[in-house]
Amino acid sequence: MVKGFVIKSISVMSVFIFCNLVIAENNISTQRSIELNNLLVQDCGSCHGMTMKGGLGPALTPEVLLTKPRDMITATITHGRPGTPMPPWKNILSAEEINWMVDTLYAGVKQE
Amino acid sequence: MKLKLLIVLLALPLSACNTLRGTGDLGVVIERATGSLQVVDSTQRVSLSQVNGLGDLSHASIVYSRDERFAYVFGRDGGLTKVDILKGEITKRIIQSGNSIGGAISQDGKLVSVSNYTPGGVNVFNAETLALVESIPAIYGKDNKQSKVVGLVDAPGQRFVFSLYDAGEIWIADFNHVNNNGKAAITKFKNIGKQPYDGLITPDGRYYIAGLFGEDGLAVLDLWHPEKGVKRILANYGRGGKKMPVYKMPHLEGWAMTEDYAFFPAVGRNEVLVMNRRNWKQVKKIAVHGQPVFVMARPDGRQVWVNYAYPKNDTVEVIDTESLKIIKTLKPGKAVLHMEFTPRGEQVWISARDAGKVTVYDTATFKALTTLPMAKPSGIFFTNRAHRIGL
Ligand code: HEC
Repeated sequence: MVKGFVIKSISVMSVFIFCNLVIAENNISTQRSIELNNLLVQDCGSCHGMTMKGGLGPALTPEVLLTKPRDMITATITHGRPGTPMPPWKNILSAEEINWMVDTLYAGVKQE
Repeated sequence: MKLKLLIVLLALPLSACNTLRGTGDLGVVIERATGSLQVVDSTQRVSLSQVNGLGDLSHASIVYSRDERFAYVFGRDGGLTKVDILKGEITKRIIQSGNSIGGAISQDGKLVSVSNYTPGGVNVFNAETLALVESIPAIYGKDNKQSKVVGLVDAPGQRFVFSLYDAGEIWIADFNHVNNNGKAAITKFKNIGKQPYDGLITPDGRYYIAGLFGEDGLAVLDLWHPEKGVKRILANYGRGGKKMPVYKMPHLEGWAMTEDYAFFPAVGRNEVLVMNRRNWKQVKKIAVHGQPVFVMARPDGRQVWVNYAYPKNDTVEVIDTESLKIIKTLKPGKAVLHMEFTPRGEQVWISARDAGKVTVYDTATFKALTTLPMAKPSGIFFTNRAHRIGL
């Protein structure tokens, strides 16, 4: 009984924390979006090209992405692709930030 | 008044012509953000000029003509640009493919070759005119797929050596031995290891070494004895350790070699590996700040300088090559991308991309001597590379 209660309250708490996070991250600040854009162009760019036209990793331009499911793109950024150089970003970026990146990729990355 | 102006006007171009100078203490710094480069002088520690219009310079590299006057710039967008660093202007620019990664210049300085991602292969040009001499498609396997090409270097005997990332092969193109059809003889080495990501040649031009991403270890080809094939070394360097995700591919160019040791970046690990140069056996792992990107020896071999991958890329560490210990930690700014020593190593120039500057350090005192503002600087290349095999 007691054990069950503890587990329940932990799961309630974690849902609570999770919700909090999502609310906090929904509004990515202008400052953060500048940082994320820089990360896209420069750090993703070191493998995908600064203009996203491809390098060691494939092109990530809107034309190319149109033919690919968004969920797959989001999952690839989040978890990476084991066995290839594509690294997972979930330890560095939040789900909201990855979402922001996917939006930006589909819309076309702005060069600074 | 009018006369004075006329004199000034006449004097201007004249004075430009009259200032004769050599290029041995010059270099270029790539500016990624603006598709430009700055020509710098390492004696005065100043920037002399800026050259614009070089295209997408993410991952740009350059080689020099043997007279140290022209820089060939290899851009990510497939651009090949010949820049006159004395005049500070573009001599010629072509788009040679969709997507390129690096290049090399032949032993005699007459051929410039470029390795490409899409379509994968190597294009070879006349260094004078940039006219295409030969196109070598990197076709492999039963289905005739094209591989991305990495680790392209020049080797003695008018040869270019390179690795096929997707195929796991090393090829030699020999321009001293041309076939009946007028093309360079190609020697292919298969099954050299999974996903070679970069390559280098030892300073004496004898060993070509490819780093492997898909497995631990390196592939070595003895160019004095290509008939002996490619050997695998350090196949177990990561045993027991945990491999982490790699946020930036390491570079093998300018590999650090001292008399006894070779130093190189461990892929996906916070380690610099040290091996014995004679038998290629591992001597030590040095625990470092992050995943190494460049591991470079000062020209006298007494120090090795290391920079790191995102997100630990604000730091540079210096290893003493006698004690194999870290003796100094520097913070040159956010996103350190490259380091280049002056020819005799009294200074090192370090670019910090996000900090927008290049810092010049005294390598004996580790004092910052000066900083130069640049637009997202990346690669730094001094002209003494013109006379080094493989650079
Ligand atoms: C170290 C190199 C490297 C870095 C850094 C890198 N990628 Fe990748 N990425 C790759 C490679 C290689 C692939 C292809 C993997 C494969 O072979 O399936 C890839 C694949 C992808 C794909 C899937 C594309 C497709 O068509 O299937 C996406 C999306 C992607 N990367 C986004 C990103 C983003 C966003 C970043 C930065 C946050 C990033 N990558 C950073 C190397 C990299």
